[in-house]
Amino acid sequence: MADPTTARAPRRSLGKTILQYKYFYLMVLPILVWYALFSYGPMYGVTLAFKTFNYGKGILGSPWTGLDNFKTLLTDPEFRTAFFNTIVISVMKLVIHFPMPIVLAIVLYEFSRNKARRFFQTILTFPHFISWVVLAGIVMNILSKDGIYNQIAMLFGADPSSPLVDERAFRPILYITHVWREIGWDSIIYLAALAGINPELFEAAEVDGAGRFRRLLSIAWPGIKSTVSVLLILHVGQMLTQGASFEQIFNLYSSPVYSVADTIDTYIYRTSFTVGGDFGYMTAVGVVKSVISLVLLWAANTFAKRMGEQGLY
Amino acid sequence: MSASAAAAKKKWSPFDIGAFIVLGLLAVITFFPFYNVLIVSVAKFEAISKSDFYILPLSFDLTAYKLLLEDTKFWTSFLNSVIVTAAGVAFSMAISVAGAYALSKRGMPGRNAMLSLILFTMFFNGGLIPFYLIVKDLGLVNNLLVMIVPAGLNTFYLIIMKNYFGGIPESLEESAKLDGANDLYILYKIILPISAPFMATFALFYAVERWNEWWYALIFISDASKAPLQIYLRETLITSNSMLSLMAQTLAEQRQSAKVYAPALQMAAIVVSSLPIIAVYPFLQKHFDKGIMVGSIKG
Repeated sequence: MADPTTARAPRRSLGKTILQYKYFYLMVLPILVWYALFSYGPMYGVTLAFKTFNYGKGILGSPWTGLDNFKTLLTDPEFRTAFFNTIVISVMKLVIHFPMPIVLAIVLYEFSRNKARRFFQTILTFPHFISWVVLAGIVMNILSKDGIYNQIAMLFGADPSSPLVDERAFRPILYITHVWREIGWDSIIYLAALAGINPELFEAAEVDGAGRFRRLLSIAWPGIKSTVSVLLILHVGQMLTQGASFEQIFNLYSSPVYSVADTIDTYIYRTSFTVGGDFGYMTAVGVVKSVISLVLLWAANTFAKRMGEQGLY
Repeated sequence: MSASAAAAKKKWSPFDIGAFIVLGLLAVITFFPFYNVLIVSVAKFEAISKSDFYILPLSFDLTAYKLLLEDTKFWTSFLNSVIVTAAGVAFSMAISVAGAYALSKRGMPGRNAMLSLILFTMFFNGGLIPFYLIVKDLGLVNNLLVMIVPAGLNTFYLIIMKNYFGGIPESLEESAKLDGANDLYILYKIILPISAPFMATFALFYAVERWNEWWYALIFISDASKAPLQIYLRETLITSNSMLSLMAQTLAEQRQSAKVYAPALQMAAIVVSSLPIIAVYPFLQKHFDKGIMVGSIKG
């Protein structure tokens, strides 16, 4: 975030400049308070991971226990399962879902019927605006014992089954429903990037006899490559939170599939709010997740820069 | 090429036909579940149980809707969601517009530090438990405000808005300043009116978020009279521990001839709760291709 314009203001005292911007400070104050309370407050609360939480004494007054909570983590089988599932589900979602909106955007861009294209875009973006609660309700209805899925399966002679409680089927359901909800929405940003490419480049290539594939490879792809790289870094950085989407999994899963679907977030929620788990320990679980996310982000950014792409920072 | 008007008059190329088929299939797969919701919600129980494939709307019965609208819990949660959405959008827009506008001022001392602190929150957070304790200390448990205030700022939207304001020519503000207007007045009287369509888009995004709100309610609201619509839906659709399922059962016993099928009730609940989104959807859609997202990733 280099800022060349700061140099524009000629020699004037800092105090005067601040006074000149007084209304802007007033405007920015509410969000600063908001971030202090709801983002940085909990970050301070991370100290709880090194304490044994005592309800009466609060975060400040609870006694320190050093690394005890983190030591427990290493031997907790439920944490291990949740950790492993989080990694598998987020990585698989990234691998399966990430390229799809790019392909969709390119197909939509190359598709020359404008009205039909807008129609498809409208339909494909729609599920993004429906909550996971409702989508999960729909998915359950379709996959239920007498739902449409089993009706079709029975037509082919299969026995009726409940895929949502099947350990082998549950993760694929997560991947498919994720693509269903987000493919259209995620493609918008690539469509915007494609729309930003100078059309003359395409026309010139056509005159030079480049086929559709050649134009795609030599003009469209270089035109969206930086967008793809920035988004990939963002996705990797938020992989453990967005990738292992709490809202999606929490609304779809049930105890028979905990072994393949319980993620760090659902584990924290389940033990803290339904069983009454140890808050200090559960904070430590959350800290591990946040730190791994940060490392992933840093790694992805460094990697992108090595590859000659523009990074996030 | 794709976007030019001349191309639209051209014949269908083999690529177009192929793309049409692929996109068509994708659209059918995407939309079918919603279509299914609609036809099941208005179906008679006999029609669904008799036919293996209930794909065409072969019967029409509004009993499920009638039952749903008679449920007082439905109306309580519906009203809560309306309040949260209205107040939430007002709150979210007020603080994000003011904040984004101020942050777009390049000369403001401390701006870069503020931006870095804000961006950092997108990648690191304290986790659920410390967040829960802070919200609890603020007295927001079982309070509708929990779905309005802590939920009320989307960093992603804030950055897009900041980039948008940064793109407005400064000369516009300078002339007003010469006339003696202060910065608050300029934002309110000059910047906001010219940005109305842009503002409307974000107000709608925030509105959809608040309408779909259930996470804060799940964690902080245990009082049923404060629950939003999505929690009601969760009970009806997922945990099946609502009055609705019970009502469906009793009604089925009472009227052997016109049994109401529980899924019809569930699907009716989905339809009614999604109506507001379907109503604003054309407006949301209108602003998609305007490229507002492009600016979002250039820090």
